Amino acid sequence: MDSILFYLFALVMIAFGFGVVMNRNPVTSAMCLVGCFLGVAALFIMLDAFFIGVVQIAVYAGAVIVLFVFILMLLDIAGEKRREFPIHAIAIGLIVAVIVGGQIAMVAGSLDDVGGKFPPIDKAAAVEARVERGNNPDSTINTILTDPKKPSYPDVHIIGEALFTRYPLHLQIVAVLLTVGAVGVVVLSKKRLE
Amino acid sequence: MAYIKIKRPRLGLFEKLYLPALIKGLRITLGHAISTLRGKKRETMQYPEEKWDDNMPEHYRGAPALVTDEQGRERCVACQLCEFICPPRAITILPEEIPTEDKWAKVEKRPRKFEIDMIRCIYCGLCEEVCPEQAIFLRKDYAITGLTREDMVHDKEKLYEIGGVRTGLVNKWNELK
Amino acid sequence: MDLFTFLSSSVMVLVVFTIVLTLVPISVYLERRVSAVIQDRLGPNRVGLPLTLFGAKKDFHLFGLFQPAADGIKLFLKEDHTPAHVNKFYFILAPALVMVPALLSAAVIPFGSTMDMPFFEGRQVQLAVANVDIGPLLIFAIASLTVYGIVIAGWASNSRYPFLGGVRSSAQMISYEICLGLSIIPVLLYFGDLNLGRIADQQSRDGWLLLPIAFGGDGPVVDWRTLLLLPTLLIAFIIFTVSLFAETNRAPFDLPECETELVSGYHTEYSSMKFALFFMGEYAAMVVGSALIVTLFFGGWALPFGLDNLIRDPATGAFPWWASLMHMGVFLTKVIGFIVFFIWVRWTVPRFRYDQLMKLGWVVFFELALANILLAAILIAIFG
Repeated sequence: MDSILFYLFALVMIAFGFGVVMNRNPVTSAMCLVGCFLGVAALFIMLDAFFIGVVQIAVYAGAVIVLFVFILMLLDIAGEKRREFPIHAIAIGLIVAVIVGGQIAMVAGSLDDVGGKFPPIDKAAAVEARVERGNNPDSTINTILTDPKKPSYPDVHIIGEALFTRYPLHLQIVAVLLTVGAVGVVVLSKKRLE
Repeated sequence: MAYIKIKRPRLGLFEKLYLPALIKGLRITLGHAISTLRGKKRETMQYPEEKWDDNMPEHYRGAPALVTDEQGRERCVACQLCEFICPPRAITILPEEIPTEDKWAKVEKRPRKFEIDMIRCIYCGLCEEVCPEQAIFLRKDYAITGLTREDMVHDKEKLYEIGGVRTGLVNKWNELK
Repeated sequence: MDLFTFLSSSVMVLVVFTIVLTLVPISVYLERRVSAVIQDRLGPNRVGLPLTLFGAKKDFHLFGLFQPAADGIKLFLKEDHTPAHVNKFYFILAPALVMVPALLSAAVIPFGSTMDMPFFEGRQVQLAVANVDIGPLLIFAIASLTVYGIVIAGWASNSRYPFLGGVRSSAQMISYEICLGLSIIPVLLYFGDLNLGRIADQQSRDGWLLLPIAFGGDGPVVDWRTLLLLPTLLIAFIIFTVSLFAETNRAPFDLPECETELVSGYHTEYSSMKFALFFMGEYAAMVVGSALIVTLFFGGWALPFGLDNLIRDPATGAFPWWASLMHMGVFLTKVIGFIVFFIWVRWTVPRFRYDQLMKLGWVVFFELALANILLAAILIAIFG
């Protein structure tokens, strides 16, 4: 069942991915990108990474691409359709694709147990490893992890803990970067008005 | 052109919050809802059971109709003034001569055909206003219905049936319509 | 996954689908009746069971409850017109893109308590399609896809008014999604959980979130820590409700279909069932939104004052089947109550201007929600 779903969503992703590249109509390309993101989200959710999957939909499919479509709707689509692809763009694209494909093949080849099933997550061992890494042994995450009543993996808690205890500086750097971006956009658009 | 500068009222914090005003508005609508639900207030008329008939205003302009006088003579002399003035051209008149042996031969003309297409009629009342013989009046009939277009054309019999008899000195400009 | 789980989930899918699709015509009916009553009118009160057609002496009016059925038949029989100047593929796709997310997001809402199955000993069924650990987030994520339907409808119609409606709605919905997401963070901090089933269950033990009085529970009748948090939760509730109005394009924020300026906005060019899908999608979104508000702030399926503690099976935490069905009724009553509130507001408040709408979202609610999160986090860190 799981593998059938995996292949299904993988196929959906690849098909929509081709759609993004091949389509001449930019709006269709953007909509294909949405389909592609939905496929990615489905794969994340199949791996029990519910939070990442849902954020994938909410942020990329729900917000970023909406802005893309918003801009595309204001553009001259007919002119965009007529444009020819230059030959060197296609060549560079092919080279990048070959490099990425080779890398995936190398990583996949170095895995030992290809085709076999991964064992289920040993939750007691996970708690031990977390404590060893310097996490608080009394953290609620540990109790949730070992609670038999809540069988799912507390991914939201773990992501939150990692972000706010281990990587707070990185988080703030990203936040500052985003703020700078937003302020920059305002400054640039004001400048053009004058 | 003079510009008028409107001074916007300066709102205090309480008014800027918007929520108090919102609650006030909700209270007003709730009050209306409750009084309607309790049957105290109702603007709707339950149509087939209750009708306008009794409370029709004096000036109401309904379906146009032809009238006869006290001797049973049709007042219309087929002058066709109403046909000419009718803005949507709803009226069709075919005049005929009144034969000499007739009691009213002196009137000379009467309509052989008098039709008002009620799909076209806009109830403007110009026909009534223009009529020199005071033969056409707008009555208070408002429910003009039919299943086909032919049903909606009022012929002479129908027009006389709606109009009925007008006795005495009919003066269309007075209250007695 | 065994056969029992499979069958019970399938039945739940059917039940939830039916409930949402039944609530849509009911809310349309309520919209017409409530608006009428507010304006001192009567509203549709005639269409009932036409028993005279079958030889009975009198028709059965039922307060006009069959009016939506008549509306539906009318919409089916209307001419389905596709203008020549539209982009056909997207023109047909757009109504589906509005309707599908609205129905999908109902999947995570717990419509009732965990039920002890009557004929299967020891089996329990959660009355929700998917009891996932990211309930509200999933609803936001899927609801954020609704905007595509509207934007694509506006763009594919290839005419001015729909396009303006589409542009407006995309900006409006993206802006208010942020407020929507930020506003409930205090609530989620309070519960420490994202699972809507468990959130509702906790409220059945400790009292509703906005009515934290519970008798017969493990804790005290009134928890002072909850009382301390209550102001922040109330602010969260106000921001969330108002943002939901904007997110579902309901008045006073129905600018994408603002009929005084844009004819009827993004669905100007649509007719027949394609239009009906937009219409139903809007109401389905309203139903799901009401259900989410009820689940987060008003205890979901829980009775007030922790009365559920008297019926609950203390060992498993599940309920006998009759109690579960009663909980479903309680939940639906609350949801319909909220739908009436939505309608009540629509017929009270005049439409906002577009700049006022944007200002409210970005200048007022965004900052207020952020400050609210900070306040709630500090309170929880100190007293929690």
